[in-house]
Amino acid sequence: MKSIKQLRKNSFFLSFLALTAVLLTFFSCKPEETKAENIRVESKIQAQLTSPPFVPAPVGARKAAKLVVDMEILEMEGEMTGGVKYVYWTFGGSVPGSFIRTRVGDEVEFHLKNHPDNKLPHNIDLHAVTGPGGGAESSFVAPGQEKVFSFKTLNPGLYVYHCATAPVGMHIANGMYGLILVEPQGGLAPVDKEYYVMQGDFYTEGAYGKPGLQPFSMQKAIDEHADYVVFNGAVGAISGDNALTAEVGETVRLFVGNGGPNLVSSFHLIGEIFDKVYVEGGSMVNENVQTTLIPAGGAAIVEFKVEVPGTFILVDHSIFRAFNKGALGMLKVGGNENEVVYSGTQLEKTYLPEGSVIQSMPVAEKSEKPENGQEKTLAEKITHGKQLYAQTCFACHQAAGQGIAGAFPPLAKSDYLNEDIGRAINAVLHGLTGEITVNGDKYNSVMTSQNLTDDEVADVLTYVYNNWGNNKSKVTPAMVKEQRR
Amino acid sequence: MLNSKLKTIVLTVICFLSIQVFAQEQKKEMAYVKGGSYIPLYGADSIWVKVDDFLLDPYPVTNADFLKFVNENPEWKKSGIKKLFADERYLYNWEDDYSLGENTSERSPVTNVSWFAAKRFCECQGKRLPTLDEWEYAAMADEDTPDARVKESYNQKILSWYETPKTFENNIGSTFKNYWGVYDLHGLVWEWTLDFNTVLFSGESRNDTGDRDLFCGSSTIGATDLMNYAAFMRYAFRGSIKARYSIKNLGFRCARDSENL
Repeated sequence: MKSIKQLRKNSFFLSFLALTAVLLTFFSCKPEETKAENIRVESKIQAQLTSPPFVPAPVGARKAAKLVVDMEILEMEGEMTGGVKYVYWTFGGSVPGSFIRTRVGDEVEFHLKNHPDNKLPHNIDLHAVTGPGGGAESSFVAPGQEKVFSFKTLNPGLYVYHCATAPVGMHIANGMYGLILVEPQGGLAPVDKEYYVMQGDFYTEGAYGKPGLQPFSMQKAIDEHADYVVFNGAVGAISGDNALTAEVGETVRLFVGNGGPNLVSSFHLIGEIFDKVYVEGGSMVNENVQTTLIPAGGAAIVEFKVEVPGTFILVDHSIFRAFNKGALGMLKVGGNENEVVYSGTQLEKTYLPEGSVIQSMPVAEKSEKPENGQEKTLAEKITHGKQLYAQTCFACHQAAGQGIAGAFPPLAKSDYLNEDIGRAINAVLHGLTGEITVNGDKYNSVMTSQNLTDDEVADVLTYVYNNWGNNKSKVTPAMVKEQRR
Repeated sequence: MLNSKLKTIVLTVICFLSIQVFAQEQKKEMAYVKGGSYIPLYGADSIWVKVDDFLLDPYPVTNADFLKFVNENPEWKKSGIKKLFADERYLYNWEDDYSLGENTSERSPVTNVSWFAAKRFCECQGKRLPTLDEWEYAAMADEDTPDARVKESYNQKILSWYETPKTFENNIGSTFKNYWGVYDLHGLVWEWTLDFNTVLFSGESRNDTGDRDLFCGSSTIGATDLMNYAAFMRYAFRGSIKARYSIKNLGFRCARDSENL
């Protein structure tokens, strides 16, 4: 009797337990109820940091932790574009600086180390920090010293960090910026490829492409006259061999920042539509976006599925920055054609309603320097020509002169070039419009006349003729002058 | 105990004797800087600062000079330095206590020295470190003008130097001789000043406000001319350092009052 009573009591107790469990489960199914500030951290881990265009592994299901970030500041010389050197100030040896990946509730223990060889004091302001100066005041560090400060990540999102030491604009202009990602609990949804791209504007004493070590121009920075607008710190940092890659059918996520210091980016990917944009790097998601605005000192996360193969060009759609100042990158997508999504050219024929008009660029009065008797050697011409090619021709005709099928004819092994040098010079000087046949393929587009001196035209063509299986012709300024008449 | 006391006395005597010996030739060697008034940083609440006539070493102190000092004052040797007076990087680039090693040039400016060491060095020469105002005043000059800060080219040159890596490896005298006959104030290394830390620079450059001693935040935010930018970088550097720091890009030179001769 007693035992039955006991049993009944037990079963009552058990069902109470079960009910409690159900209730608990029900409540715990509502995520993010805990305030970020109150999330407990149990373990201590070393943060993985990566140089652009790569990002560390996603946080996934990782619990909040004490995350140790070791960031070293390096002042170092680098290459802005072919033949142009620049002294960059960097977080972690790259522009933009190392990517930091955290999750909500992490306690970041930040070690900022100023390399002893450096000349200047620096600090860091992370937009992900809630606190005065974003950490700037606590992290002000002399060369050869280390400062440590901690913060808790309260708000999920993609944030810019940068140096905030006087003159702040100069430190940013020299490349002292990067991104820190705070993922929500459970992480962002998995994707196939993730990349890190950050735009910045640069101000040099010499104009775009002027060779040699170019010092920073404070006056141009104040006037906001950028000589270079680039992705990831240099012209061509993510094109050619360094292009981003993906395969047809994959979903790509780009973490895009803008370090400034001055310019706002109209970020656009030619030939793709962003399926999702985390507007300004925050929690609001916009869908089906062509161009997203990224403020200086701001960021955005963009996601898209790549359906067709080909080369997709990343640009700042303030478009002269892309074609004249370097704001151009590439995403190369491999895989099979999908003609339902994109057919390629199906028909081509001449359309000439009122005769063709060749577009022309404004031509500055060139001072025709008389030859000082010293002819350049072939090697010198080719070196100079290579730089000019990277600045002037590369965007359309591509790194190895292969062109883009259907749009821009190849310069590599080009019968069109090798048959007639005069015709090639003419095209560079005066532009070229209308149908031409190159290596058996028909092209019908417009090349604008190029604003180059005789000497420059000679060198860039010599470079082209002496590469990629062409006939090794040497083009002289005199030959160019002949064609100007 | 007695031994060490004796040692200190002997060293002090040596130090004192060398002062006497060097005093006369120094008078000839040092550059005479005629005093005047100047505005350190231009801003909304800029103030004039008066600087008296003074003498300044034409060159920064070299590794060879400092090696001699260490030989005469072994308590300042690399391995013997008190932690209070210098951090772990003191004379880091020297091979050991009494030799520079192959990678350190005798004629390069001595760097990786703390403020305490620099101050003591100058005292042993019967000199002192220049004050911040004296240093800034002398450094306004280019080759032919006492205050060249209004020239855009001059400021651009200074800014370019601030960006050039590893200039501490160059020899003294490798930059220009200024109006006062002083070399290398710009273009070689940063230099300690006697009162380097009197300018408050908090590290949060955007926040420094006008009520600070010398530094006016209004000028940080409102600065439009290059002259201020060059100066800001020096003040920022000074604000980031402490007296025991030994830094690869930081050397010093000595000064003295003109009437003390």
